[in-house]
Amino acid sequence: MKIIIVGGGKTGATIAATLCDEGHDVTVIEPNPVHLHQICDSSDVLGILGNGLDNKALAEAGVEAADVLIAVTGSDEENLLCCLFAGKNPACATIARVRNPMYLKENNFIKDRIGLSMIINPEYAAATEIARLLRFPSAIEINTFAKGRLEQLTFKIPQGSVLDGKNLNYVRTRIESNLLFCSIERGGEFYIPAGNFELRAGDKASIVISSRGAQKFFKKIGIDTHRVPGAMIVGGGTLTYYVAQMLIDSNIAVKIIESNHERCNELAEKLPEALVINGDASDKSLLLEEGVADTGAFVALTGFDEENVLLSLYAKEMSDAKIVTKINRIAFDSVLAKLDLDSVIYPRNITAEYILQFVRAKQNAVGNNVETLYKLVEDKVEALEFKINENAPIIGIPLKDMRLKDNLLICGISRGKKIIIPGGNDVIQAGDTVIVVTSHKKLDDVEDILR
Amino acid sequence: MNLSIICYFIGYVLRIEGVLMLLPAIVGAAYGEKQCYAFFAVAALTFLIGFALTFKRDKNQAFYAKEGFVAVALSWIALSLFGCLPFIFSGDIPRFADAFFETVSGFTTTGSSILSDVEALSQCSLLWRSFSHWIGGMGVLVFLLMILPTAGGSAMHLLKAESPGPQVGKTVPKLRESARILYIIYTVMTVVEIVILLCGGMPLFDAVTLSFGTAGTGGFAIKSTGLAEYSAFSQYVIAAFMILFGVNFNVYYLILIRKVKQAAKSEEVWWYFSAIALAVLTITLNTRQLFVNMEESFRSALFHVGSIITTTGYATYDFNNFPQLSKTILLGLMFMGACAGSTGGGIKVSRIIILLKSARDELARIVHPRAVRRVRLDGKPIEAETFRSVHAYMMAYIALFVVSMLLISVDDFDMTTNFSAVTAAINNIGPGFNVVGPMGSFGGFSDVSKYVFCFDMLAGRLELFPMLVLINPGTWRRALRRGRK
Repeated sequence: MKIIIVGGGKTGATIAATLCDEGHDVTVIEPNPVHLHQICDSSDVLGILGNGLDNKALAEAGVEAADVLIAVTGSDEENLLCCLFAGKNPACATIARVRNPMYLKENNFIKDRIGLSMIINPEYAAATEIARLLRFPSAIEINTFAKGRLEQLTFKIPQGSVLDGKNLNYVRTRIESNLLFCSIERGGEFYIPAGNFELRAGDKASIVISSRGAQKFFKKIGIDTHRVPGAMIVGGGTLTYYVAQMLIDSNIAVKIIESNHERCNELAEKLPEALVINGDASDKSLLLEEGVADTGAFVALTGFDEENVLLSLYAKEMSDAKIVTKINRIAFDSVLAKLDLDSVIYPRNITAEYILQFVRAKQNAVGNNVETLYKLVEDKVEALEFKINENAPIIGIPLKDMRLKDNLLICGISRGKKIIIPGGNDVIQAGDTVIVVTSHKKLDDVEDILR
Repeated sequence: MNLSIICYFIGYVLRIEGVLMLLPAIVGAAYGEKQCYAFFAVAALTFLIGFALTFKRDKNQAFYAKEGFVAVALSWIALSLFGCLPFIFSGDIPRFADAFFETVSGFTTTGSSILSDVEALSQCSLLWRSFSHWIGGMGVLVFLLMILPTAGGSAMHLLKAESPGPQVGKTVPKLRESARILYIIYTVMTVVEIVILLCGGMPLFDAVTLSFGTAGTGGFAIKSTGLAEYSAFSQYVIAAFMILFGVNFNVYYLILIRKVKQAAKSEEVWWYFSAIALAVLTITLNTRQLFVNMEESFRSALFHVGSIITTTGYATYDFNNFPQLSKTILLGLMFMGACAGSTGGGIKVSRIIILLKSARDELARIVHPRAVRRVRLDGKPIEAETFRSVHAYMMAYIALFVVSMLLISVDDFDMTTNFSAVTAAINNIGPGFNVVGPMGSFGGFSDVSKYVFCFDMLAGRLELFPMLVLINPGTWRRALRRGRK
């Protein structure tokens, strides 16, 4: 597909690289020649030097023949206006990044009036993820499918756990039948496990389970599932605002440390229930004074990735709190993985996931569409949710008789309000949504799961 | 420096060369010439060595501008080294220095020859000479990009290093697709030329070789008299196609996708055609006395202006006999060269435009010291980066020119010969004046001078910097140090 990306910042570059790998024709419009050259040197894209609002630049990028336009410049208003202009070509789907909380309530109105296909708010999406993690702190990562009824949870198997040394068949027969292990990460390698796979302490296991079943399962294997009583958030940006609002709504006490006095005032005004502290979070005594040692959760959301990592490591040393670290920019995944940070949130990747999900669905407008897409284990594995329509070739065949690709698992079926963790005898029906975990890339139709 | 990826690219280039060499071999076999065995043998050898180099693809795929430049420069040297072997083994050009010069001259689309009697060559050698023009015209690495599943955007460094012009860009987002479009336009135009020449009654072999030479803007003729013996029709056709191959190929793409308006806006193409028109007019009038009628004078002027400005180097007449004014105009056109993004050589029209505009800008600055102006090309402001690179290119060009002049002056030819010989080599033209004129040859120079010309031709074809990167010690320092450990 022909895709135009307006804005070549970090997010634009990530999206460009991801879409390029999927084989799309990508054109990037960016006014800063240095950024533009960087993108063109690292990905196989066409760069256009100019402003995305400029009619000339848009024409040169070929907007009249484009399938998708994605506006991710630094300014919300510019993004919206750019999508409005691109709307001159009705065949071009438009996606805008809109981050300002002021517009949150008007999102649907804006979408309708401008004719957007999607509004992306990476901070809001990231905040949702963080809030979910704090409500269920034993998980490192939580992704939801089937409108939240089904979850894919990643957790670390602790030392001395009942799971240590058991194989998956044992877990399913003796401990909890209604779950499915979809990937295991051990020492930098990942596995899509079969029934005789033996778990070990220290593994990062990813399971698919119904939202209600998760609590029960963790209780059975002796992992604490209580949500955190209170959270300390460092940094007071937009993301913090969203997270704090969500936590307050679910009655979790929030303490925010922010160094800019004016911003503190603003936050205090908008979030009357939160405790806002004006101070520099890199000041150790301030952290101790504010009780970093006995907080339930520590969330590092400053604008500096390095600071976030260091603060998280310090908090980890001082307390047994749930730690969440935001990484926006730096790309040393392998080093970060070794640091044993608890949960790491990458807002930039969240944006890329949303866009990929949209593009794959659009590419396959008539088939069985991708509803949701997550990238797991440093992009090596994808979890996808497909909607099944009447003429899908996999309807009515018991799973054990299906010739599935290697390294691919059907992890869950959602039928009406029912959640099925499938076994060999289960059958997929029209109208279901099916969750698939796989290391194959570029799946855009449920047919692709077959060999 | 990632040497393994460079070896990989060179290996791939050799594999392609091995396959391409089969064309002259098969043609030679069809003519029943015994020289064709040399071509078959070298084709097999080249392919096998290429295969060995590409057999193991290293895991380290990372490559940057530096590797891109070195890979391109070394690939071209390897291409010429293996390309000259059939000439030696077949006995057509037995000496290495001569064969290497001839091959470099072929691939760089120069068309300078050390041979005094081309008609003595076998048909397969003649075809290989001309075919090397066609291969070198658009570039082997561009061809490689089209067939190689390339890794991301870093392959762009290869295109940048090989394609002529100050601003190398893609026409469409996908690099491979861009390369394919260029080659399709190139091939179709070549085939059209062959067909038209055939219609004009030219023998097939001549039509094919001359079209290869025209398309790559090379200039190897297959007769000692150049193109003088062909009909007026053929001469007009070849003149027209030389001029067409000197146009930026992006313009053709724009016309193909029906953006004629945008294509017509290209300043470079306007300048290019204006320069041609003006030069043809002046030379026609100036050389009126040398020809029997106006038509012949016009035909010769059109042919030679087209041949020189596109840096092809075909000749229908010994322009050594032209009056001084015409000769000086031709010398000027030699430096100007064709459009960026074409198959032609020289400094390139767009660089000349940029230089002239920056000079004019400087003048305006003297009159209005505080005026803020942006210099534009095709209606778009020129980036400071482009200015910098054009100025650096010019300086490097002059430096290389002076050093080459010094080195070859040891052979003690006259000034005009030396000056025009270096001009012809660096700008990939072919013939110069006096001794190296259209009916002369480079055979009289010493071997050292021939290698200097080879370097100049390669540097000129690759826009100087890939070859200069190669002799820059900083490029190799780290690789060498690692080797010593």
